[in-house]
Amino acid sequence: MKALLRNRELVLALILVIGIAAIGAYQPAFLAWGNIRDMLTETSVLFMMALAQMVVILTRGIDLSVAANLALSGMMAALVSQYYPDVPLILMIATGIVTGLLLGMLNGALIAYLGIPPIVMTLGTLAIFRGMIIIIARGDQVNASEMGVAFQAFPKQVWLGLTSPVWIAIAVALLFWIFLGFTRAGRGLYAVGGNPVAARYCGIDQRRQDLLAYSISGAVSGLCGYLWVARYGVAYSEIASGYELTVIAACVIGGVSIGGGIGTVAGTLLGALFLGIVMTALPVMQISPFWQMAISGAVILAAVVINARAERRPDKLILPEARRLRRVTP
Amino acid sequence: MIVSDPILTLSGISKRFPGVRALHDVSLALKPGRVTAIIGENGAGKSTIVKILTGIYRPDEGEIRVRGEARSFASPRDAWAAGIAAIQQETVMFDELSVAENIFMGHMPTGASRLVAWPEMRERAQALLKRIDAVIPPDFKLKRLSVAQKHLVEIARALSHEAQVLIMDEPTAALSASEIDDLFRVVAQLKSEGRAIVFISHKFDEIFRIADDFICLRDGEKVGEGSIATVTQAQLVRMMVGRPVDQFFPKRDVAIGETVLTVEGLSNATEYADVSFSLRQGEILGLYGLVGAGRSEAMQGLFGITPITRGEVTLEGQKLSIAAPSDAIAAGIAYVPEDRQDQGAILSLGIRENVTLAGLTKHVKGLFLSRASEQAETRSLGRKLSVKAAHWEQRLAELSGGNQQKVVIAKWLATRPKVIVLDEPTKGIDVGSKAAVHDFIGELAGEGLAVVLITSELPEVMGLADRVIVMKEGRIVAEFKRGQWSAEAIVGAATGAGKEAA
Amino acid sequence: MTAPVTSGDRYAVADAPQRRWRDIALRWEVILLALLALTIIVNTIASPYFLDVFNLADATFNFSEKAIIALAMALLILVREIDLSVAAIVALAAMGVGYAAEAGFGPPVLFAVAIGIGLLCGIFNGVLVSYLNLPSIVVTIGTMSLFRGLTQVILGDQAKTKFPSDFLDLGQSYFIKMKETGLSWLFLPPVPLSFLIFLGLAVLFGLVLHRTAVGRRLFAAGSNPVAARFSGIPVARLRFILFAVSGILSGLAAALLVARLGSVRSNIGIGWELDIVTMVILGGVSIAGGVGSILGVFLAVLVLGLLTFGMSLNNIPGQVVSVYIGALLIAVIAIPRIIERIRTRSTR
Repeated sequence: MKALLRNRELVLALILVIGIAAIGAYQPAFLAWGNIRDMLTETSVLFMMALAQMVVILTRGIDLSVAANLALSGMMAALVSQYYPDVPLILMIATGIVTGLLLGMLNGALIAYLGIPPIVMTLGTLAIFRGMIIIIARGDQVNASEMGVAFQAFPKQVWLGLTSPVWIAIAVALLFWIFLGFTRAGRGLYAVGGNPVAARYCGIDQRRQDLLAYSISGAVSGLCGYLWVARYGVAYSEIASGYELTVIAACVIGGVSIGGGIGTVAGTLLGALFLGIVMTALPVMQISPFWQMAISGAVILAAVVINARAERRPDKLILPEARRLRRVTP
Repeated sequence: MIVSDPILTLSGISKRFPGVRALHDVSLALKPGRVTAIIGENGAGKSTIVKILTGIYRPDEGEIRVRGEARSFASPRDAWAAGIAAIQQETVMFDELSVAENIFMGHMPTGASRLVAWPEMRERAQALLKRIDAVIPPDFKLKRLSVAQKHLVEIARALSHEAQVLIMDEPTAALSASEIDDLFRVVAQLKSEGRAIVFISHKFDEIFRIADDFICLRDGEKVGEGSIATVTQAQLVRMMVGRPVDQFFPKRDVAIGETVLTVEGLSNATEYADVSFSLRQGEILGLYGLVGAGRSEAMQGLFGITPITRGEVTLEGQKLSIAAPSDAIAAGIAYVPEDRQDQGAILSLGIRENVTLAGLTKHVKGLFLSRASEQAETRSLGRKLSVKAAHWEQRLAELSGGNQQKVVIAKWLATRPKVIVLDEPTKGIDVGSKAAVHDFIGELAGEGLAVVLITSELPEVMGLADRVIVMKEGRIVAEFKRGQWSAEAIVGAATGAGKEAA
Repeated sequence: MTAPVTSGDRYAVADAPQRRWRDIALRWEVILLALLALTIIVNTIASPYFLDVFNLADATFNFSEKAIIALAMALLILVREIDLSVAAIVALAAMGVGYAAEAGFGPPVLFAVAIGIGLLCGIFNGVLVSYLNLPSIVVTIGTMSLFRGLTQVILGDQAKTKFPSDFLDLGQSYFIKMKETGLSWLFLPPVPLSFLIFLGLAVLFGLVLHRTAVGRRLFAAGSNPVAARFSGIPVARLRFILFAVSGILSGLAAALLVARLGSVRSNIGIGWELDIVTMVILGGVSIAGGVGSILGVFLAVLVLGLLTFGMSLNNIPGQVVSVYIGALLIAVIAIPRIIERIRTRSTR
């Protein structure tokens, strides 16, 4: 039992289930399939963004430019839809992804090869990306009426009861799960974040891993940029403003350590779901949506306290009796 | 015995660092199925050799040959590829990853799809661990293991590379007697498989138990080599130190005064217990023991860095309650830490700023710091310690290790302490500075300071101290007065080997 | 110039290095000064309205409140911490001012309320970071949500707009009025209160950081926290105090902001934290700790403020200005590293 409680994913999942049940008991409308589907759709973008952020945080970095990247990539996709309506949808989506990837690579290249601190670099590109939106759109916004029909319809399509963003999120999560768990590069991310010196001993190139992490972060932001713009039917410079902090919050709640080397796909899913549920549950429970931010703030603080406890380094054991007490006998 | 060709040879290896000649013209041959001990004091060049063998440093001169073929290692990976693996002094591994991943990080087995083949990795990890009789589940996170178990994982990692040369850098420092027995069984087995092993240890009993050959380093040069069976411990000690121990450090005659400091039953939950001693004016108390015996930890408890659970400290008849280093400093206790780079010096600040840091309040004139007062103090202490620098504002990062250490000591003298604890004050500094530091310790005692000298170097403690207390596994196990000790007795007490021999 | 030399027996060590022009020219503050001059020249050429003392004085309104907080942020970043909750503290404190004004209190109480709320928020951050040993970046992202969330919960979508006129006067008028003095602006330029407070605080912070024992300890704690602790410096307590100071200055900035705007909504000051961090980093304070000066931050504040003002005179939208600022931030960090790289390559 104690061992089970030590598994934080399980604990978090338990809290979520109890929470959902409690809200459902109080307000059965919350458990209606339509509501749950909406909640999952809302959460899918946050989840994907949090996965990408996790990859960066694993390397002891941080990417503050993700929301600005999302907005700029979304704008690029929207502009393609506006000016080249005959281009196949897949190319419009690809525009978003490739734009995001290039922006991410810019971050990664300067961080990895010039050694610019990640927080400085991504703070700078955050401002640049947002401003670029005004420049490329000539200060205008792209409205629903200017975007293609297929462009906007895609995120609302429902297959097997779930919307396409949810299916995409499931696919992305699977890719991340395979990448992080079953590839050398993926395990290498944990290695460079967990112990950079040891990673060097093992012949892992820190700089390549950094470049990879920020590129992934960029590409996912680009994909989410398309989904965001198409779903809400508008692209302008302020979309997803401040969303980078929500994304980091989802990671922290999901147990990703800001010190690097610790984080799982499942934990991040739960972190994103937690914020997603809070967001959708409040209106259902007729609580003012203004509570949302305060609640997520309190949850972030609780999560960081719990994370710190889990990551605490063990004491030095010199006295024989202390060593005997702590010895692990497998 | 059949003399086989060496697996690895070093010839004419030299390596210099700014201000220090780390290695000079060192040659070495490692033969299959033999354990070669590298012997020498701290700073003699042992760890530089390890770093050259493992591709961390590149030698300035000299040649590395693996099975007769000249090689140069640009990175640790090259050394691994050449079949050389090290079991590091401080384990460089991944606490949050599994045992199997720690073994295979950097060369995980992959299947046809280029995905990591977890079942195969687990199986191979299990098999490797089984080969060295280690019962460790491959799925355990590394942080759950003991130090001894981590060493075994490192050995398994080396075996996973089919390493022919294994370097063990003080592998027994944190192990218990039975864990050491287990480790030595593994070493014997690796030997029988025809691998060459480099063994670095300060413990002579271990060296005589496990090694076949030895080479001895002093100040970066090779001063002796041969078969371990042909030498005695006394001969090795003499080789390491270069001259009979007693003549090395001219001990000053200092009048020993009143008792200054009394420590009673100092204890901490996991690090040390019942540490009691007293100290007089002008006295140098040596605190000897193996690395990891709890000496630094106990003194850091005294200084207020780590909390103590029990114990009483009396300074000049006043009972002290020390909750933070500032309390200790105010009472007149100074602690010069072992880790100069991390704990002692502030490398990005200048000499003046470092020297005045611990006693800053006395340079405050009115509201502001007085630069003139700071400069006067820096000048006088800098000259007293013969700090060599371009100017007193020079950043510590630009000074040699020895001069950095002098600045750190100056910082502590600036607090006008009554008791000064010096933790390995000569570790990793060049010979010239070492002599100056030794001389200076004597001078401090001469001025009436009470000195605690933590050192792992036997000649240093025997040359300088009036009294030696020996710690082992967090407790004081022996005390010797000057003139009533022998090198064998002190080492015996520290290692616990003395009892078996006696 | 000759530095005083200490005479020793075997060698002499000078008190200070010989100053070389190259070292001075490459100092961060000098680079910033050049940037500032460039900004002024380019803007003067681009717009005839730029070099007007009233316009310039007006322009200071737009950055003085942030600049006040930047002083505290500079010290936090100097000791390897960061406070991303400052803008949220501004919101919470501004709301407090709104309610206190509604209750009929005058300017002294309103300022005290703002500073008091700021202090409490700062103490909360400080306890979590210094005494529970949590990473400040995550803690202050959390408290940022918490503080602004509380503002939203209490204020909802309403706005507080009733303030006493003497309070609004403080924020909306010049502290030194030309008409009253009757002197030429050359001798007594019109200065808004917020800028005057910033100037005063900058001098105070500069003196504390560069001339007092506390300042020296901050540099030590930022350069090497472990060695600083071993030298008897109470590193945790210093960090705690800095978070409290950050809260106090955020509260003060909130009061000035409310007095200037005359209204409080829950989104007041949103996004400020990143502007403030940009000021500090451009000012040469290293995110790795232990390096920085108040003069540098002061110059960076002027560069950013005048750049923004000049561009707005030329009708360049704010977000495009941020492109330049972002690029400037990256460039000033990247260029020395590129030069360093080329230099080490050529000497090898």
